[in-house]
Amino acid sequence: MAKKDSTFLNMTLTLLIVTAISAVALGFVYNSTKGPIEDAKAQKLKNAINIVVPGADKGEVEEFKVPSPDGGEELTFYKVTHNGELKGYAVNTYSNNGFSGHISVMVGFDENGVIIDNNVLEHAETPGLGDKTSKDVSDWNSQFIGKNPAEFKLNVKKDGGDVDAITAATISSRAYCDALDRAYRGFVAFKESSDSKLVEVSDDNTLIEDNNTEVDSTSNENIGGTK
Amino acid sequence: MNQWKNFTKGFIKENPVFILLLGLCPTLGVTTSAINGLGMGLATTFVLLMSNTVISLIKNVIPNKVRIPSFIVIIASFVTIVDLVMAAYVPALHAQLGLFIPLIVVNCIVLGRAEAFASKNTVLSSMIDGLGMGLGFAFALTILGAVRELLGSYAIFGYKLINTDGMLVFVLAPGAFIGLAYLVAIVRRINK
Repeated sequence: MAKKDSTFLNMTLTLLIVTAISAVALGFVYNSTKGPIEDAKAQKLKNAINIVVPGADKGEVEEFKVPSPDGGEELTFYKVTHNGELKGYAVNTYSNNGFSGHISVMVGFDENGVIIDNNVLEHAETPGLGDKTSKDVSDWNSQFIGKNPAEFKLNVKKDGGDVDAITAATISSRAYCDALDRAYRGFVAFKESSDSKLVEVSDDNTLIEDNNTEVDSTSNENIGGTK
Repeated sequence: MNQWKNFTKGFIKENPVFILLLGLCPTLGVTTSAINGLGMGLATTFVLLMSNTVISLIKNVIPNKVRIPSFIVIIASFVTIVDLVMAAYVPALHAQLGLFIPLIVVNCIVLGRAEAFASKNTVLSSMIDGLGMGLGFAFALTILGAVRELLGSYAIFGYKLINTDGMLVFVLAPGAFIGLAYLVAIVRRINK
């Protein structure tokens, strides 16, 4: 074995060559996997939206940001329409109170704020306990389906709410409720702002109508007067 | 015959987990289920096979004093390749193992085999050593994952055997230590 001497030049050259080859190889792999990775991510998002708002895969999805009701990170809304008809809103919400920190949840609302369906997107909760918030593991989160958070208190029963917590995973359940609650409050705030826009528009209409009725009434009066 | 021994030593006689007790961080971390253990084991096998091959190929042109940094760069490159390829083509498994894949870089087994075996032996022996050791590691992780899944959630490879919650401690970190300790004891008994 004729090992090379560890001279300064030898060492520098060797490391340079090794790192250069590695860099080229990594660049090549990065470029060739970039597309599939993005596709996989987009597909994952699509599937997540389709779970909480069925029919999203056939309809059009419009993405926009809504400020979080209590400051912090923005919520991402996905408005799903199919042939111009509103199917629902999928909301990507989150909570930082999970047993292992951040959890990300996707929840679908219909136009009245009733929960269509919900599922966890990302979490680091304990396998076998806190991961039961995921549909893949248990059907715990189906208790939210068809509930309107205006009447259904998004809090575990221990805290005076209406939600059955996961056995031995109250913290994860609380975090999940927190995420849903944030989404609902964000949804209500968004609804109010978009409704007030609608109201402004309809106010204009009523003004015009009022004018019309005034005209009508005066004309009626006139008519009445002449009669 | 010698090569066959070289290959099989990784399973029981020099098993990286049960005998050498190397790479315990991923061992204890990912083995909450048999499939996770298998996935992690196979990813490590790939990295071991590739790094052993490349390192034994270039062992004569690497000056002695910079061999460790060179090995680490080579290993890190293969780990990154595995990470990217898994993210692209098996995103579900990648989501499960995501955190632990980059940790293969600092897995003592990989650098250990590079230093102890690949830098002193021929390419063929090094490949066989890497494959054997990697599969031994995958074997150990799958066994440990299966034990923990069986006791912790009464399931095996995701198939529920009894439809209730298992002994939760086996899914949590203490269960990893308890399970590993019993398996090490059993393997030592067999080896005697």
